[in-house]
Amino acid sequence: MSILSLSATQLAEKIKTGEIKVVDATRAVLDQIDKEDSNYHCFVTVDRENALLKAEIIQKKIDSGELTGPLAGVPMAIKDNMCTEGLLTTCSSKILGNFIPTYSSEAVINLEAAGAVLIGKTNMDEFAMGSTTETSAFGVTKNPWNPECVPGGSSGGSAAAVAGQECYFALGSDTGGSIRQPASFCGVVGMKPTYGTVSRYGLIAYGSSLDQIGPIAKNVTDCAVILETISSHDIKDSTSVKRADTDFSKALVQDVTGMKIGIPKDYFLEGLNHEVRDSVLAAAKLLKEKGAIVEEFDLSLVEYAIPAYYTIASAEASSNLERFDGIKYGYRTKEFEGLHSMYKRTRSEGFGAEVKRRIMLGSFVLSSGYYDAYYLKALRTKALIKKVFDEAFEKYDLILGPVAPTTAPKLGESLKDPIKMYLGDIYTIAVNLAGLPAISVPCGIDSQGLPIGLQLIGNCFEEKKIIQAAYTYEQLRGPFDKKTEGGAL
Amino acid sequence: MTNKISDETIEYVGILAKLELSHEEREHAKKDMGSMLDYIDKLNELDTTGVEPMSHVFPVQNVFREDIITNGDDRAQIIKNAPGEKDGMFKVPRTVE
Repeated sequence: MSILSLSATQLAEKIKTGEIKVVDATRAVLDQIDKEDSNYHCFVTVDRENALLKAEIIQKKIDSGELTGPLAGVPMAIKDNMCTEGLLTTCSSKILGNFIPTYSSEAVINLEAAGAVLIGKTNMDEFAMGSTTETSAFGVTKNPWNPECVPGGSSGGSAAAVAGQECYFALGSDTGGSIRQPASFCGVVGMKPTYGTVSRYGLIAYGSSLDQIGPIAKNVTDCAVILETISSHDIKDSTSVKRADTDFSKALVQDVTGMKIGIPKDYFLEGLNHEVRDSVLAAAKLLKEKGAIVEEFDLSLVEYAIPAYYTIASAEASSNLERFDGIKYGYRTKEFEGLHSMYKRTRSEGFGAEVKRRIMLGSFVLSSGYYDAYYLKALRTKALIKKVFDEAFEKYDLILGPVAPTTAPKLGESLKDPIKMYLGDIYTIAVNLAGLPAISVPCGIDSQGLPIGLQLIGNCFEEKKIIQAAYTYEQLRGPFDKKTEGGAL
Repeated sequence: MTNKISDETIEYVGILAKLELSHEEREHAKKDMGSMLDYIDKLNELDTTGVEPMSHVFPVQNVFREDIITNGDDRAQIIKNAPGEKDGMFKVPRTVE
């Protein structure tokens, strides 16, 4: 078995027994980046020298018994919207093209304290606005399963880096599906925790009421362990929730007996690719055969989630992105006449088309005269959506469905029609509006050889049920990689 | 398209958003925003009478903490990120005539 094909927790185990040195694992992924990243472009920044230096330091701490955790010595990549002290953090935007943070985000600090080795920052849609990683100001990322296809987005660089074995795991952020959808398109596991579980301190804000950081990894076990490591109550994030039940790895149990799983009929209507549908339903059947109680139900309001989301997310984005004014950091236009001209030109030259589109929409829906009709209407819709999920979770432990209506589209196809691209988020977006946790696990390969993702959604604070069912499914499914034959898993 | 975005509206939104759009970008933005608003108008199918707007999924109150300095003096590093700097301060265009 090649050192690169190990999972994060398997690697940590071998480091612990002395079979593999941290520096060798770090060099292995850096060499893989040298070899492959010119094809896929998963990374905006690779921090080669520092990663090797840190690997030596971590090795000493492991040898001395100071570091004993399940991620000690494991090389990781971080999405480029999370601040990393002393290391370029661009949000894949020209406006932050030269920004060096003076502090690290809390999730990164937690992972570094656990001995994970940061090797670089991954490409993304600019400011996490997009579903393909094509809106990055630094070029597109390509899908390691087929470089003619997108990796999904916005955490496309993170998902592709894990799939392409350019790191052992990565962090992404999920505002409307930005962890789960790229994980699905790249055949890896991605999890969005309950809102408030992972501190957003140091995460460059897009839609603050929706954003959550989460893991992208090779399997469910790694995901559970990473989530356990990054979850923390943080006084620096006022929406951080104090939880006692973040020992997520305890839920890695192969048992779904008596677990009640609901399949929303409204997730299987027009627009869903039939290969995706068949694969997801086959996964449900597998869980049913192992003792889960699986039934269909009507979730309702599904088609209202996307318009509500784009109103709320754009509104929050227009406010959050006001800070990029060419004064404190980042890009400043060269020629201007006075303060306001400097602001306007800086922002117009620094932001890309999709970011400007959402800032404009957000400014409009918040403007006087339209605030009630659009913004408040969307917040009322959000309340209704939360209610239908509350009702569903009175009956079910989990909701099972697809992650996305199709597998990865070809590069260059999606941005032509924004509304069509937004519709691709139909199964992921409501989860963010309701603050719920959800996972994406690979469940098949379509006739074009592209991976299909299964989504399991839980009630707030019930990650453990998700992890248990996902882990059970993964064990039943068996290994999943590019060499797996056909769609029948 | 039912939502026709006028030149005045785009001008006004540009001021709010602090964006300066070229003629071509403005025409694009008018079309884009119109079709997005048409799409968002779908929410009007829902009767939300009496439904409280939900800004947050959990009941949250103001979170207070003592104002204690925990970080060091990062001034030099922070200033290094500024596009314009003079005497350890941010340099900005003239704001008062």
